[in-house]
Amino acid sequence: MRSDRGQSAPLSLKIAAACGLLFLHLPILLIFVYAFTTEEKSFVWPPPGLTTQWFAVTWNRPDVWEALSLSVRVAAISTAIALVLGTLCAAAVSRTKFFGRETISLLVILPIALPGIITGIALRSAFSLADIPFSFWTIVLGHATFCVVVVYNNAVARFRRTSGSMIEASMDLGADGFQTFRHVVLPNIATALLAGGMLAFALSFDEVIVTTFTAGQQQTVPIWMLEELIRPRQRPVTNVVAMVVVLVTLLPILFAYYLTRDGDQIAGSGK
Amino acid sequence: MPRATAPAILPGSGGMRGALSDLFWRRPQLLLLIMLLPPVLWLGIVYIGSLFALLAQSFFSIDEFSGLINRQFTLKTYGDLLQAANLDIILRTVTMAALVTLASAIVAFPIAYYAARYARGRWKALFYLGVMLPLWSSYLVKIYAWKLILAKEGILTWLLAKLHLLWLLDAWLSLPVVGGNSLSVSFTGTFIVFVYVWLPFMILPVQAALERVPGNLVEASSDLGASPGQTLRNVLFPLALPGIVAGSIFTFSLTLGDYIIPQIIGTSRLFIGQAVYSQQGTAGNIPLAATFTVVPIVIMGFYLWGAKRMGAFDAL
Repeated sequence: MRSDRGQSAPLSLKIAAACGLLFLHLPILLIFVYAFTTEEKSFVWPPPGLTTQWFAVTWNRPDVWEALSLSVRVAAISTAIALVLGTLCAAAVSRTKFFGRETISLLVILPIALPGIITGIALRSAFSLADIPFSFWTIVLGHATFCVVVVYNNAVARFRRTSGSMIEASMDLGADGFQTFRHVVLPNIATALLAGGMLAFALSFDEVIVTTFTAGQQQTVPIWMLEELIRPRQRPVTNVVAMVVVLVTLLPILFAYYLTRDGDQIAGSGK
Repeated sequence: MPRATAPAILPGSGGMRGALSDLFWRRPQLLLLIMLLPPVLWLGIVYIGSLFALLAQSFFSIDEFSGLINRQFTLKTYGDLLQAANLDIILRTVTMAALVTLASAIVAFPIAYYAARYARGRWKALFYLGVMLPLWSSYLVKIYAWKLILAKEGILTWLLAKLHLLWLLDAWLSLPVVGGNSLSVSFTGTFIVFVYVWLPFMILPVQAALERVPGNLVEASSDLGASPGQTLRNVLFPLALPGIVAGSIFTFSLTLGDYIIPQIIGTSRLFIGQAVYSQQGTAGNIPLAATFTVVPIVIMGFYLWGAKRMGAFDAL
């Protein structure tokens, strides 16, 4: 291979990369086809016929609506808590150097770096030791804990790009700390917070492992789906819910990408 | 009287708010403390506290006759962990995690390399989204999609029938450990789904590592007469290694702890996560469940320590 051949990739690399991306995307697209299949009992491919009747059936299922409502409420409150805690932590870590800074960044990342089952069972054993009964709030407690990292990652990236001299200028011009925060800092970090919030919402909306350990009888959408996967009642309804879940989580992520596309990294550190 | 020019030093802005603001400006340490207190308290109490509760439980034991938990310090439950059946679970999970990590690295490399070196402008954004969307789309939906693909009457069987390759599938399924009734109840199926679900976690750090490799390094290597294979082995691979190790932290750790994938797509032989789940749930043996979770924590502790020595954290 000579170097003056320009910037075109070798064919084998192109094919390998394309196959990899197809591998990542085809299974998700498949869900959309299955939501319209007329087959009720099994996973027959290709679908014997297409229909939209399952959307109506799903619409009339109260258990789906209950799960959806619980998921949205849990995700909204966890996101709100994560926004406050994550922003505070990011502001502190990005502005100053202090003793224990590394420890604090590790503390924020740990709930997501360790497998979900550890977070889940740790919370569960703490609840049982402290005699806390399972409720809406025990789910929120778990979700908010691992959502902090997403907000934190986005906010830290933005704080690092925001110049500190703007804050000094604002103070020199006579604004007090609160005015500076409201009129200078907040507009600068707003889109990063919005993006972090959306990702936190998507993360909470999708979380299943921690939820199984921190929920009592309540069913969030992922718990409902897990139940249907293990003991199926009406397969087509599961197909429709799966498709809706894909759309509900993908739209915020696309929007978050749009908000942070120049410069910041979307928190890719995972779940 | 004409108004004097503004004084060089403004008076305090007055009021509670002003006083607070001035205080924070003079004593940044105080502001720092107030900012750090809520997140550190939350994570410290809720998360670290829970981890300690878990650790404490692992030193309790269960009374085999009454089924009650005996809250006395003992190492007995750790002894139970060494029973052949439990060691078998640990060994199976660690082997699977290692294989999944290896396969993810192999599949991720071309995607990451193309994205880092050849994709520009709009293509670059497309590649990024192409990795981010599967990473963030619902975990259960992804597993469900694979259930549809791997099931006996599913899309893969159909495809192989069209290609007249069903004999190959049958031959594979009749193999002792990796085979089974259908792909959706075999270790092969579990393996494929693990690789699929964790793959984006490997692509992103490898891409980040490869992006730091200057293009003329590759050109220099080929100008000096290296074949593409030699360049890959001797130049690209060593430079991408920290990225691969960084990605492997995720693929390895997530496989160690997962219990949903082997439960939905897999055989009846347990993984660590499933053992934890059934011990704390149906069996009611929380101490043994806690002891089981200590295994991935310890493994990941050593893993992270080794990864740090290899410089993997700089690639994150």
